[in-house]
Amino acid sequence: MEIRSTFHKKLREMQDEVLIMGDMVSKAILLSITALENRDIDLAQQIVTDDQKTNRVRFEIEEKSIQLIATQQPIANDLRIIVAVLNIITELERIGDYAAGIAKITIMIGDEPPLKPLVDIPRMAEQIVSMLHRSLAAFINHDSEAARKIGAEDDIVDDIYDQVFNELLSLMIEDPKTVTRATRLIWVAHDLERCADRITNICERVVYVETGKMEEIEASNY
Amino acid sequence: MDDTILQSRQRVKLETEAVSLYYGSFQALRNVTLDIRECTITSIIGPSGCGKSTLLRIFNRMNDMIPGVRVEGIVKLDGASIYDKNMDVVTLRKRVGMVFQKPNPFPMTVYDNIAFGPRRHGHIRESELAVIVERSLRQVALWDEVKDKLRQSALDLSMGQQQLLCIARALAVEPEVILMDESCSALDPESTLKIEELMRDLAHTYTIIIVTHNMEQAARVSDMAAFMMMEPDKAGVLVEYAPTAQIFSNPKDKRTEDYITGRFG
Repeated sequence: MEIRSTFHKKLREMQDEVLIMGDMVSKAILLSITALENRDIDLAQQIVTDDQKTNRVRFEIEEKSIQLIATQQPIANDLRIIVAVLNIITELERIGDYAAGIAKITIMIGDEPPLKPLVDIPRMAEQIVSMLHRSLAAFINHDSEAARKIGAEDDIVDDIYDQVFNELLSLMIEDPKTVTRATRLIWVAHDLERCADRITNICERVVYVETGKMEEIEASNY
Repeated sequence: MDDTILQSRQRVKLETEAVSLYYGSFQALRNVTLDIRECTITSIIGPSGCGKSTLLRIFNRMNDMIPGVRVEGIVKLDGASIYDKNMDVVTLRKRVGMVFQKPNPFPMTVYDNIAFGPRRHGHIRESELAVIVERSLRQVALWDEVKDKLRQSALDLSMGQQQLLCIARALAVEPEVILMDESCSALDPESTLKIEELMRDLAHTYTIIIVTHNMEQAARVSDMAAFMMMEPDKAGVLVEYAPTAQIFSNPKDKRTEDYITGRFG
């Protein structure tokens, strides 16, 4: 019989709120790339504004975590879950910031002609969003095995980033007039690459909840 | 819905306004003002001797039994003064039940313990009493454990079961408020946690006020916390009264912070 059902219910609700926050930042990443592809300044502006809501949600979850620690004396696995939540929401908030950063680059680009059709950058975004959804599912399900595998997929994102970087570098060398536009795209790709690093950190926390140990899943090349 | 919003919409069940209590010339409580909302759990915490139990007993006038006691200020239940001369104390104590620190089942059968109060308040048909006994024991999740022992002595139950029986006994007369004075102090940790979960269930229906020296318990179980301390002249005062989550994460008064963090006891 579960004796502390009230506390455990609050703990589950808090984990659900982390999922909701994950959903918010996933959408922000995908929309930021859509805005970039379509030169949609209004959408980009909306993403920047909505990031404030993400920041608020982060602090609300943090406040609830603090109250749970202060009032419920969590220990063992329960304590590790709350510690993981505190770390994960920080990572999610940074991912939200990257989406807003990409949106600001779109605003900066304005109506400049596109350098080339975007292929690899949207591919990076899709890979990241897939990793994010699966890592948060692994968190809810306490699946450290899945978390280790997802964390290792950071290599896939790194490889795409390398391709994007090299391609844009070649363009800049061929035609120096492309330098400004190409640099901005490198920033976008770099922001996405950093998202993947954040997701790896989330996966490390999932492993931590189960094992009580922090282990690096995969050292990033950058 | 946010907990604090919910509480502000619940009506006031009990309130005190500038309440002081004297045992003869000794002032035990000074100028206590607070309001307790319906269907909430309020904990009263503070160092030994600061007047926690004295304050609790204000609400069902148990202090009246102490010779020389005098209460000043106003205490209201549902807006009506309970120290009014027209207030029937027996009815008050039916509406405001109490559970004590040490389980105190009557030296009777389990059945008669629960039936005692209802019998006194006019329920004399056995069929009615049987329904009340079962309902009360189910409310405290004790029915399955004792349904085959109803005619056995309540004193044969374990301490945890005895305390649940005492809570069931209080519930049998259909109170509105339940006062619990250190009701888990004499129990093992598992029984304590069971009673804490029970309190949360009961708070859907009843208004509960607990006195506890166990701050962790107050933090786990209550919605609002009232921190009291003793002034130099030994009168108990209310220092801070706020949502429990706030008291235990960010109290406004330094004295509260010092007490709950163990910087003074």
